Amino acid sequence: MKRILLSRLNALFAALAGKEKLYIPAQDGSGNASYTLWREGLILSDSGNTNRSAKDLFFPQVENLVGFRVSGKEIEMIETRDPAEAFILFGVRACDARSFELLDRVFLTDAKDTYYENRRQSATVVTMACSRPEATCFCGNFGIDPAEPGGDVSCWTEGEYLYWQANTDKGEALTQGLPLEDCESEKVDAAKATIRSMTEKLPLNHLDLSGFDRKHMLQIFHSDKWAGLSESCLGCGTCTFVCPTCQCYDIQEFNDGQAVRRFRCWDSCMYKDFTQMSAGQPRPTQKERFRQRFMHKLVYFPDNNDGLFGCVGCGRCLKRCPIHMNIVKVSKALKEETV
Amino acid sequence: MQQSVKEKARALLENGTVSRVLGWKKGEFCYDLTPSVFTRVEEVDRDFVYSDFSGANLSKYLISESKKNGKVAAFLKPCDSYSFVQLLKEHRICRENVYVVGVACDGMCDPRMLEEKGGVLRVEARGDTLRVESLYGMEDVARKNLLLERCRVCKSKKIVLFDELLGEQGKEAPAGDRFAEVSKLEAETPEERFAFWQKELSRCIRCNACRNVCPACSCEKCVFDNPKSGVANKAAADPFEENLFHIIRAFHVAGRCTDCGECSRVCPQHIPLHLLNRKFIKDINELYGPYMAGSDLESKPALLTYDTGDCEPSVVLTRGGEQA
Repeated sequence: MKRILLSRLNALFAALAGKEKLYIPAQDGSGNASYTLWREGLILSDSGNTNRSAKDLFFPQVENLVGFRVSGKEIEMIETRDPAEAFILFGVRACDARSFELLDRVFLTDAKDTYYENRRQSATVVTMACSRPEATCFCGNFGIDPAEPGGDVSCWTEGEYLYWQANTDKGEALTQGLPLEDCESEKVDAAKATIRSMTEKLPLNHLDLSGFDRKHMLQIFHSDKWAGLSESCLGCGTCTFVCPTCQCYDIQEFNDGQAVRRFRCWDSCMYKDFTQMSAGQPRPTQKERFRQRFMHKLVYFPDNNDGLFGCVGCGRCLKRCPIHMNIVKVSKALKEETV
Repeated sequence: MQQSVKEKARALLENGTVSRVLGWKKGEFCYDLTPSVFTRVEEVDRDFVYSDFSGANLSKYLISESKKNGKVAAFLKPCDSYSFVQLLKEHRICRENVYVVGVACDGMCDPRMLEEKGGVLRVEARGDTLRVESLYGMEDVARKNLLLERCRVCKSKKIVLFDELLGEQGKEAPAGDRFAEVSKLEAETPEERFAFWQKELSRCIRCNACRNVCPACSCEKCVFDNPKSGVANKAAADPFEENLFHIIRAFHVAGRCTDCGECSRVCPQHIPLHLLNRKFIKDINELYGPYMAGSDLESKPALLTYDTGDCEPSVVLTRGGEQA
């Protein structure tokens, strides 16, 4: 265990930024925190979670895939991807840290997504325990412990200090040469106990998610609750875009006059044109689109991934949905279909 | 008022005036109400809530609700009633299928103001103050400090159209404060204004919440959702390219926007989108005389009429003085 005075965080950030590009949660001028490239004097935000999730750093909203140049009968492929540059992602909360594991299961199994993989391998993740969880936090339902946030390095703040513990070889390597002092872990143990007693009190931390499984899949799918739950859904993409585990994307091309550029961008199952086929739209109304999102997170994803839910309880959708409809309300309403 | 709205919803269903009630459904907290349609008295008893957090403007839902069989009751706050009338004027709502209950309003609270306090569990109204109870303690907050932006500069307490009224009919407010932010931007240099909007709009994630919630955006299919339009714009060439979407949208709703403020209320990135629309409203007022979209069913929209007194396009050369 190591530590540094919170008043000296700038020195720590300077040392980290001297090694690799450093991203920290900082206020973006709108009252929200967002991951920002550190520059001298940039202050770490003390708000609970960033407005957009940490997935943005591995799976950006838009990225170039490849380009094609055609001359006569020749097609030349052009490398257009961003060079994978080593970076440090500092201040990731336990929920977002878990979301990387879920994204890995999508992007790094079978056909590996090398774009995602390059970013993942280039990153050192420094997590931060949650000393002030929000009422909308419900990570406890997914076996996530905000007192043990994981990552390559875990950090805790307690009293005047930031405590630092390397968890992996990558984390050990990052720790070398930083302005940290050795210390005992007692204070951190106390901080963990405080965090855990706090998370016990969170009102949404004790959902009953049993029965959201293959056995009840059709029963849940055909529930007559979906119509009511989705009736006021605006069909915007807010929930999917702020979600740390939503990973659907679209691939499109355009001709820039010199070459054809192929890029991918986030897509949302809430959108009318999502997975549109030549035969039309397989999910013709908002009810089916809405149902798809929650079936994916609560039933399909766990069915394909050893029972892991496609949600980490970060609470962003609870705060940001314009009509305040969310996975907590949906799972409670559908609970009776699972018995 | 909270109780009388609920009782009215109950009565209208019970006495058969309507077959459905459009209102707000209780959530996990007191501040996360969801717009909802109630068809049974028991549902109203159990879930219907009208409170300081019933900010969502329900008028747009009436486009589809009024096309269904039977009559629907809608509770419209003053600013919602402007959206309703504007939609009527655009022939988007079947008036005969809606029973409008106008609800006098003292402003609605913004759940985001609570977010800053962190961990809020309960909010209890005590006259002009709200007792906010969170995981981290208790605090009494003046109600006016928790209001939505649009309510802090309320344009009107008048309910433009209703079948029945709950509470006192109000008046239009003097324009004063509502345009203060716009005036401030107008006084800046073009470079400063550009920097301001670049900073704000570069946060856009194109979730389309502003468009989808907007009562003036009622096209069956938006041009931006048409992959063949060439402007679907799924990838912006740079972070600021999103400005085109917002500016085009502001132009499209100009003269029809009632300044209901829903765009800014729902923006997950807290972009003050209402300022774009308010700039148009202010310009229309100045160039064509005072005009408020949705304030009546009869008046001709300023941008859809022409008379010889209208300003010439060249007016842009003389407006703005040094800043032009």
